[in-house]
Amino acid sequence: MNLPVTGSALLPLGILFGFVFGWLLQRARLTDTGVIIGQLRLRDYTLFKVMLTAIIVGGIGVFVLHSGGLAAYHIKPADLLAVVLGAILFGVGMAIYGYCPGTGLAALGTGSLHALAGAVGMLAGAIAFAFSFDWIKAKLLPIAAMGSVRLPELTGIPDLVWFAGLFVIGFAALIALEYRGRA
Amino acid sequence: MTVGTVTAFTGVATGRIDWTPYLMGGGIGVLSWAVFAIADDPLGITTALSAVAGFAAMPFVGAETVWHNSYWAQTIPSLSYGSLFLVGVILGAFAASVGARRFQFEAVPAVWRRRFGPSPTRRFAAAFIGGAIEMYGARLAGGCASGHGISGTLQLALSSWIFTIVMFTTAILVGSYLFGDSGER
Repeated sequence: MNLPVTGSALLPLGILFGFVFGWLLQRARLTDTGVIIGQLRLRDYTLFKVMLTAIIVGGIGVFVLHSGGLAAYHIKPADLLAVVLGAILFGVGMAIYGYCPGTGLAALGTGSLHALAGAVGMLAGAIAFAFSFDWIKAKLLPIAAMGSVRLPELTGIPDLVWFAGLFVIGFAALIALEYRGRA
Repeated sequence: MTVGTVTAFTGVATGRIDWTPYLMGGGIGVLSWAVFAIADDPLGITTALSAVAGFAAMPFVGAETVWHNSYWAQTIPSLSYGSLFLVGVILGAFAASVGARRFQFEAVPAVWRRRFGPSPTRRFAAAFIGGAIEMYGARLAGGCASGHGISGTLQLALSSWIFTIVMFTTAILVGSYLFGDSGER
C-alpha cells in the first residue's frame, strides 16, 4: 500500500477515522455540555486533560513520522490579525454554544438536540463567511501576516524540548489540581 | 504503566484520579499519527463543514452563486474524505453513547437550565447564534479546537498556539461570566 492513500480509496477512511474521533470524544465525556462549560468555569479540567495528552502523544509521533519522511506538516498561516479576531469570536461562540465544532457534531450523535441547533448555526456562520471572504482576504488576512511558521524554527528551541516542557509544566499543573481535588 | 506506578511516581494519593480523559486524549494523539501518515489530512472539522455549508446554501442563493463564490472555489463542496469524516464523527459518538447506555435526547442541558431556565426555544436560539459566531471565528482564524487546538498545536504551529491561547482565554472569561452564578456543576 502506498501512503498517503489518495482518491476514492480515501473515502471509507474518512468514515473510519471520523468514527474513532467521535467515539473517543464521547468516551472522554466531551459530548456533555456540562463538561465543556465546567472547563470554561475552571471547575472540570477534562477538556484540558484530553487536549494536552493528545498534543503531546500526537505531536511526538507526528514529529517522528515527519523526521522519517512518512508525514507532511500542514501548518496554517499565522495571519495574526485574522487568527486573533477569529479566536476571540470562536471563544465567545463556544461559551454560548457550550461546544466546539467537533464536540458539537459528536454530541448530535448522542441525542443532543441543542447541539443540532448549534450545528445549523455553524452552517449559517460558514455561509456568512463565504460571502464576506473577498473582503476579509483583501483587508484582514494581509495584516500582521507571518506565514506558515513553526515555534522551533521561530525560536531555535528544538521540537522535543517543546514537548518535554509541555509534559512537565502541563502535567505538573494538572496533577496539582488533581491533588487538590479541583480537576 | 499502571495506576499504582503513576501513584508511586507522583506521590499523589490517587484513589480518585480518573485516567479516562488522559487515555482518550492519548487515543486522539495516536489517531493523529494515522491521519497524518495515511490520509495526509490532519484532524479538523470546520474546513469540511464549510464545504458542506456550500450545499446548504444552494437552496437559498442558487447553485450558480455557490460555484462562483471565491471561498467555495477553494473549499469545494463535494463528497470528500473531509465531509465523510464529519459523518463518521456523528456515527462514532452515536455508537459510543449507545454502547455506554448514555444515548439520550437532550433539549436543554442542566448547566444551561440552572442559569437560563427550561425554555428549549431560548436554548436553541442561543446554540444557533453561538454556533454561527463560533464557525465564523473558526473560518476567519483558519481552524477550530480540532484543526488549530489539536492538529495545529501538535505541529507546534505559531498560528495554532496563538489561536488556542486567545480562544480559551476568551471562552473562559465569557463562560465564567455567563454561567458564573449557576452554582456547582
